[in-house]
Amino acid sequence: MSTSSLAASKRNAIGLGRLITMPTFGPLIVLIVFCAIFSLATKTFFATGNLSLVVQQSVIVGTLAIGQTMIILTAGIDLANGGIAVLGTILAGRLVAEQQNPVLSLLFALFICTSFGLTAGLLVSRLMLPPFIVTLGLLGIVTAITRLTAQGGAFPVTDDLLSWPGNAFAVGDTSITYGMIVMFILYVLVWYLLTQTAWGRHVYAIGNNREAARLVGIPVQARLLSVYTFAGLLYGIGAWLALGRIPNADPNALQNANLDSITAVVIGGTSLFGGRGSLWGTLIGTLIVSVLRNGLTLTGIDPLWQDLVTGILVISAVALDQISRRKQR
Amino acid sequence: MMRINIPRSTKLAAGSFICATLAFLNQPTPMAKAAGDQIVIGLVTKTEVNPYFVKLRQAATAEAEKQGAKLIARFGKFDGDNEGQVAAVEDLISAGVKGILITPNNSTGMLGIIKKARDKGVLVIALDTATDPANAVDATLATDNFEAGVLQGQYARKALGDKQAKLAMLDGTPGGTVDTQRHDGFLKGFGIAEGDPAIVGKQNTHGAQDEGQTAMENLLTAHPDINVVYTINEPAAEGAYAAIKARGKLKDIVLTSIDGGRLGVQYVQQGKIAATVMQFPKIMASKGVDYVVEYVKSGQKPSGFINTGASLITDKPFSGLESKDTKWGLENCWGLNTLAAGKDRLLAVIGRP
Amino acid sequence: MTMDVTTKVALPPKGTVVLEARGITKRYGQVTALDHAELELRAGEVLAVVGDNGAGKSTLIKVLCGAVVPDEGEVLLDGKPVHFRSPLDARKLGIETVYQDLAVAPALDIATNLFLGRELRRKGPLGGWFRLLDKNRMRREAQHEMDQLKFHLPAIDSAVEKLSGGQRQGVAVARAAIFARRLVIMDEPTAALGVRESGQVLNLIRTIRDRGLPVILISHDMPHVFEVADRIQIMRLGRRAAVTTPQKHTMSQVVAIMTGAARGDEPVEANGG
Ligand SMILES: Nc1ncnc2c1ncn2[C@@H]1O[C@H](COP(=O)(O)OP(=O)(O)OP(=O)(O)O)[C@@H](O)[C@H]1O
Ligand SMILES: [Mg+2]
Repeated sequence: MSTSSLAASKRNAIGLGRLITMPTFGPLIVLIVFCAIFSLATKTFFATGNLSLVVQQSVIVGTLAIGQTMIILTAGIDLANGGIAVLGTILAGRLVAEQQNPVLSLLFALFICTSFGLTAGLLVSRLMLPPFIVTLGLLGIVTAITRLTAQGGAFPVTDDLLSWPGNAFAVGDTSITYGMIVMFILYVLVWYLLTQTAWGRHVYAIGNNREAARLVGIPVQARLLSVYTFAGLLYGIGAWLALGRIPNADPNALQNANLDSITAVVIGGTSLFGGRGSLWGTLIGTLIVSVLRNGLTLTGIDPLWQDLVTGILVISAVALDQISRRKQR
Repeated sequence: MMRINIPRSTKLAAGSFICATLAFLNQPTPMAKAAGDQIVIGLVTKTEVNPYFVKLRQAATAEAEKQGAKLIARFGKFDGDNEGQVAAVEDLISAGVKGILITPNNSTGMLGIIKKARDKGVLVIALDTATDPANAVDATLATDNFEAGVLQGQYARKALGDKQAKLAMLDGTPGGTVDTQRHDGFLKGFGIAEGDPAIVGKQNTHGAQDEGQTAMENLLTAHPDINVVYTINEPAAEGAYAAIKARGKLKDIVLTSIDGGRLGVQYVQQGKIAATVMQFPKIMASKGVDYVVEYVKSGQKPSGFINTGASLITDKPFSGLESKDTKWGLENCWGLNTLAAGKDRLLAVIGRP
Repeated sequence: MTMDVTTKVALPPKGTVVLEARGITKRYGQVTALDHAELELRAGEVLAVVGDNGAGKSTLIKVLCGAVVPDEGEVLLDGKPVHFRSPLDARKLGIETVYQDLAVAPALDIATNLFLGRELRRKGPLGGWFRLLDKNRMRREAQHEMDQLKFHLPAIDSAVEKLSGGQRQGVAVARAAIFARRLVIMDEPTAALGVRESGQVLNLIRTIRDRGLPVILISHDMPHVFEVADRIQIMRLGRRAAVTTPQKHTMSQVVAIMTGAARGDEPVEANGG
């Protein structure tokens, strides 16, 4: 059998095999299993209204996790995304309260969030500083700026534009918020960039073997810069979605969102060592956490179990990644 | 040459399946019961790290059991977790609760979802912390912190006797609602107005022991003649006590506090604090449950602000000022016997402006 | 993007000098990695560069492929001086390198690795505006090239980390072969390979040379060197100690020059041993 025909026959014989080897297969099974359990255990879980809720509850972390996925794929980590998003909500909330110009307030918040992404990108790509340290430092900085801007207060947001992502329309008896749609569009867009363009391949290659990426002529610095900057913009959009969900800019909000976004990425099967993983896995990871929380409430089980099961899932996912990486050596 | 890499994904799936099953098996699930006509009540507290809210939850669960109702409890992950609380209320509505008892993390953050719940006919009662505006909920069950502050101030006045007052005030966080109410109540009970020269110093402690100690040290350096101290909660009082003791002034200073956690009552018992004022999360919880059950049975809703009361706890009582001793206090207080609880409790009590 | 091997630039006649390095010096602090090193690569040949550990072989070829900028000396391509600031500069002029540590992304598939940094996009607005990759074409052409090079690999879309060491080396060599228009540089391509796999790689080197591309081959393995090299440059202490051919010297003579046991000044070649 010649190599080419061998390869061809392999490619045709995919079907189930291809499905099973997909990196998102494991997380997908977990999600389906949880949904199945909760559907059996309660009458209300599978109701369309409730499923819509689960997605609405995933919107903020789900959006932050897109940026987190891109950064983790480059073998980085972002510890500041929650902080940046909170700053975005405070800036937009305070500006709109004082200036009554919603468009400008929103654009300014997006701009500042993007600038922090850009800053992280410059530090990581030009100065070669470890992303962990850079984003840890940025977290301190953005948190301080948030507090200074908020001055101990929260800003209720009544503006239509800023709270627009929370508006809903009905499809049948399912309520769909614009925030959900924005999140899905972002997922599709970034999925496209990551898997269908050279830029995405470069992102994977940089995380997989940075030196090799440099040697084959990938502009590593420019790619890293673009990843962090784009992530910053996504965090800004995350801030907008957060205002849509709770029209109240609170400096104390979203404290766990950052870790939750890492959790979603890890449960979704993306390797913390970079270069492997998929964006859909991240979406599934986000949904797994939301489904657990929602389902446990509906069944009346102590929600502390959510943290326990999530913890086990995170450790399992990282352990599996480590094992499969070691096998490849 | 088969090259199927099932292990990674399948193991993850299998692993999680086991976790999920575990979660179910280990839990004496009241699912079957819940399916009937049992009244289901939701409780949403601020956090679960704080013994005050743990007590609130235990009391609510016990009362629900007594009434034959079922309580589903949820909580925020940290103080300020509006998103977590909103999601909790959404899930509870989905679960078909008849009433929701909530200690809102932020007085304005929950307004939207509370309205949604009430529109669906769910009775919503705020516990411990009021919403802004207060009529966003059906009723509020809470301590009247101003009244509690008055008790603290009255005691301090009596304990000082006829001495000329030199008052130090260890506040919590500037602008906090509860903080302001307690502060103002104390002054009223003490019989002076804001700005009175008897107030020799004020400091913010954020309710933390270390900050309380630092603040007291500095105040004592500036005004060695301080003879009466207001503290926003017991951890701050504990810090102040250490500073006073180091100065050898234990006999000269009346140290008072407010909140009434187990730790605070113990401080009173040990003589570190002269008196504290106790509040009753247990009553908030049990009354809240009762109101929901009543609402389901008769359709009657509670309304307005319902004071759950406060008691002065001291082992050195004064005539004309009603108080309970520490033995009673330990039997009726909230909270676990832990030091760590203090700061979280304060964060929760003080809230934000 | 040229993929078709036959459309390479017109190759110079056999024997003319393609690449020349003159007086290359590179210091790392106190260490002088290269001390006025020379090199001459002629069209259509396999030039082996041998030398003891630390003799400066890797540093020399890194200068030639742009990965290292020398302190002194110059590099001439077709007699014209060139100044490489990065590997990209050298690649633009048709110089491809197989690095000692391979420079592949293990988690990505073979086709992706072959085209890494030089991905093909779809024609028309899909590729232009939407930057859409032409995955099918890349896969097809990768397969085609592998067939041309007679190098046997599992499916072209399997991850490189699932390949054996020799197959990975094959991917790296194939990538160089596909894109090289002037010459290919290989640093220790048979190190850590078994007998059979080494044989496959040596075959690849011959295939590349037979297409008319000259190859610079660094190796410690004397039998391999003597099997494929047309000429052998011996490095010692950062300098060129001698240039010879497998016909003029035996393996042990070459090793003797390498280690300094025999003198191997430039005249060696002329003296014929
Ligand atoms: N980046 C560097 N920094 C410092 N010293 C270096 C560096 N690269 C090479 N050297 C030194 O330069 C000298 C030549 O190294 P080089 O790698 O060129 O030798 P080599 O002939 O390729 O050896 P080997 O056969 O072990 O691969 C050595 O002494 C080495 O330690
Ligand atoms: Mg070397």
